[in-house]
Amino acid sequence: MTALSRDDVAHVAALARLSLSDEELDRYTGQLQAVLDHAADLEAFDLEGTPATAHPFADRNVVREDTPVACLDRDEVLACAPDEEDHRFSVPRIIGEAP
Amino acid sequence: MTSAVQIASEVRSGQCTARSVTEAALSEVAASDGALHAFLHVDADGALAAADRVDAMVERGEDPGPLAGVPVALKDNLCTRGVPTTAASRILEGWEPPYTATVVDRLGTAGAIAIGKTNLDEFAMGSSTENSAFGPTRNPHDHTRVPGGSSGGSAAAVAAGMVALGLGSDTGGSIRQPAALCGVVGVKPTYGAVSRYGLIAFASSLDQIGPIARTVADAALCLEVIAGHDPMDSTSLREPAPSLTASLADGVDGRTVGLVRELVDGAAPDVVGRVRDAAEALERAGARVIELSVPELRLGLSAYYLIAPAEASSNLARYDGVRYGLRVPADDITAMNVATRTAGFGDEVKRRIMLGTYALSAGYYDAYYGRAQRVRTLMIRAFAAAYEQADLLLGATAPTTAFELGAKTTDPMAMYLSDVFTIPSNLSGEVAVTVPFGAGDDGLPIGVQVLGPARSEPRVFAAAAVLESGAPQ
Amino acid sequence: MTLPNDYEMVVGLEVHTELRTATKLFCGCPNSFGEEPNTSICPVCLGLPGSLPVLNSHAVELAMAIGAALGCEIRPSSFHRKNYFYPDMPKDYQISQYDEPINVNGALELPDGSTVRIERAHIEEDTGKTTHLGESGRIHGADRSLVDYNRAGVPLVEIVSAPDITSAAQARAYAAELRSILVATGASDGRMEEGSMRVDANVSVRRVGDATLGTRCEIKNLNSLRSVQRAVEHEAIRQVALVTDGGRVVQETRHWDEGASKTVTMRSKEEAYDYRYFPEPDLLPLAPDDEWRDRVIASLPVLPAVRRVALLELLDEPTPSQRDQVLSVVELGLDGYVTTAVARGVAGALALARVANELAALENATSLDPDKVAGLLSMEQAGELPATQAKAVLAQLAAHGGDPKEIAAAMGFERLDDSALTQLVDGLIAAHPDEWGRYAEGDDKLAQFFVGQVMKLTKGQADGKAVIAELSRRR
Repeated sequence: MTALSRDDVAHVAALARLSLSDEELDRYTGQLQAVLDHAADLEAFDLEGTPATAHPFADRNVVREDTPVACLDRDEVLACAPDEEDHRFSVPRIIGEAP
Repeated sequence: MTSAVQIASEVRSGQCTARSVTEAALSEVAASDGALHAFLHVDADGALAAADRVDAMVERGEDPGPLAGVPVALKDNLCTRGVPTTAASRILEGWEPPYTATVVDRLGTAGAIAIGKTNLDEFAMGSSTENSAFGPTRNPHDHTRVPGGSSGGSAAAVAAGMVALGLGSDTGGSIRQPAALCGVVGVKPTYGAVSRYGLIAFASSLDQIGPIARTVADAALCLEVIAGHDPMDSTSLREPAPSLTASLADGVDGRTVGLVRELVDGAAPDVVGRVRDAAEALERAGARVIELSVPELRLGLSAYYLIAPAEASSNLARYDGVRYGLRVPADDITAMNVATRTAGFGDEVKRRIMLGTYALSAGYYDAYYGRAQRVRTLMIRAFAAAYEQADLLLGATAPTTAFELGAKTTDPMAMYLSDVFTIPSNLSGEVAVTVPFGAGDDGLPIGVQVLGPARSEPRVFAAAAVLESGAPQ
Repeated sequence: MTLPNDYEMVVGLEVHTELRTATKLFCGCPNSFGEEPNTSICPVCLGLPGSLPVLNSHAVELAMAIGAALGCEIRPSSFHRKNYFYPDMPKDYQISQYDEPINVNGALELPDGSTVRIERAHIEEDTGKTTHLGESGRIHGADRSLVDYNRAGVPLVEIVSAPDITSAAQARAYAAELRSILVATGASDGRMEEGSMRVDANVSVRRVGDATLGTRCEIKNLNSLRSVQRAVEHEAIRQVALVTDGGRVVQETRHWDEGASKTVTMRSKEEAYDYRYFPEPDLLPLAPDDEWRDRVIASLPVLPAVRRVALLELLDEPTPSQRDQVLSVVELGLDGYVTTAVARGVAGALALARVANELAALENATSLDPDKVAGLLSMEQAGELPATQAKAVLAQLAAHGGDPKEIAAAMGFERLDDSALTQLVDGLIAAHPDEWGRYAEGDDKLAQFFVGQVMKLTKGQADGKAVIAELSRRR
């Protein structure tokens, strides 16, 4: 397990779209390090050849028929929107194209 | 307040009306909740309207459903159309979902009366309900103590007699631990037994909705109503839900119960004592109790605190200020996202989002998330091996009785350790039920936990019923 | 502008195609184009808290059909979450297939005989649509943007080629052939201008003979076949110019500006994302069994390559221009008109010419009844209608429908009977003795003079070939 740096935490916060004060950066770095230190116990077990579990019960091919159902009422949805214009969700200017 | 079973029976037979039960529940909330703060929102109008519909059905001779007139409390991470749903977060304050969770629909169809939405740790992340953005809930047995969490509001509302049933969600113990600390029954069903559609996700592969009740029979009745396949949830089990009320009297005669060392070690001595008492109660009822060690269970906490935050970091990305909930204005979209999320999420939620983002990020995935998922496989195999020796497993639910408000808020790791006995069942996806079993040295309730393999709810409930009847008074 | 001889380009294409399902990939909202904004939305495709995805079986079938048509191995697969923030993506992650795509290792043979390998063709969900408001109307300079989520959650298949393409023309041919296949399988409507098929190109250049690949750029926004060819060409030339000037190509995403005929930078690599892929916990693995897969494969239609061979076989010795006609007729999905006509006795060359030239020019070509078109071509073949009249009847058939024989009659296109033609020719020989004399002495050019006179007198009703036959009989 690696040691977590303050820069790591700042990088992670940026990825998660969170802004941290200097005090928070210090505090979170210590707290997250404590969790990662605890997680060092996972290294004690030999995991060679052990598959990962993503779902508790691995059923497969759960699909539905391609049949339309009723949509939501637009006014009801837009009533929840922080800002709307012309029946669409309005957002401040976008920097950069989608990946 | 009387039991859900009794209320439903009296309302169905016309001995009393749903309206009178609902009015009584609402006045109890009005009288007690100022001190407890179990509820974030009380929907008196909606509850009375629902009660009147039930009474009208009874009057017309129609079947009002198995939970007719039973007042229920809904954890506020269950979506209710037109009724505020916040997950106890500023980021969703004031949001009224345009749709209703499957479980809430099923309760309504069964005649239950939703009284309101209960407090929780923000986005169900916590073990004390102190992480609510809207203030903590207090333990009905001692107002200076926490009710546990994250479903602390539902557990407190049931324990205080404001409602007969509560719904909670359990990702790492969030139903069982508060139920134990409040002295009520709490059930984490088999993963997939109850639809998650409409449950605001914390960690999708671990989350499961379940009942909180004052009696095992009430919990069984509630679970029968909410369980069963839902085509809106791909992870919903396809087979029909088993009958539970019919198995309550099955007992444990001839069953082998494994008392698991790793589910007791580290608990306070009074808690250990009650678990041993519970084992004896089961023996008296005809069970054979063996001692087992399942060392892999010790890894649960570490695996959980990587897997759950990882999934949460992704599940909580959508709170970006664009479509619903809070928006903190800013000049560009990125700045708006950052300002909104920074202001809208509390400390613990931010901590877990960062932990999860880190565990999934380039260069660390294999060491953290990937490794935790493999450990999860080990845990599932270890449980399977244990169930070759025993029909059921027994352990403590929480390491201690209810702790003081504020006792663990500055030390996240200490708080996380509250879940050490409950987490393994979430990782394996298997059944676990906590039943109140006596009190600790401080006089506060202690719960013991019965665990069973996937889909073994009837067997686990039968054992829970035995413990309930054998519990010290 | 062409690439210098000592350089070559290495190109791979990523093609996103929307699938023609009735509903979206993970919810029951209609998958339709051009609806009022935010009317085809529900808790799932809007990413509301608590909503969960459920996979559309028909989308899986269309994805398998694409895979089968591209000769891919169809495999057990799973879904992952690709995490990044963008306002057109309601959950701020995209559900996509990552390390276990449903289709792998296929190949596409192009009409010129070259082969482009297909690395994978996987299922994923589309995003919403963003409109940028402000003076420029583009993302740069906009002061705010409006989002419509009707398209969010529409099923996509992304088809990724190996970097096997070595020319801009080949890139275009690959995209065209792929589009024909997508349309033929019914998986997509192939409408690039509406964005239902979108092409991104990864382009790099290197000196001929170099074994290592150059630094590549990804070009987005190629919304026509013409753009694919031009953008690849321009980008390769740009890169060569950069390198020969002593510069270096920077790995980046570029945008094709059709108006300015150049690629422009979108963002550079230092802003690279960390997508934090992990298995989607809300969806279970997808492992189509043999029965399901075989059923999809069995219902595959005949593919364009096979249809082209079938058309070529109807021609005696296809000329290069006929080969081009075959290509375009199949690409347009009009080959059925040719085969139906040939089955009714029409010569392959005539049928191909009419379908490739006249039918293809009609807006509603594919809505015509093949039997009626075949009937019309039979009339032309039998000499009942000359070419000009046959074309006029076709236009009428396309505009108003009806029966070709009746249309011809209604337009006054009765066939001139033989005795009337004999009389006409007699009259013209008498009226133009000089011309007849020169023709009789062997000046064939004057045949056209007499044909023209006959046409004038009959208002085009006569068959030119019959006139010439009559003239030569008398010479």
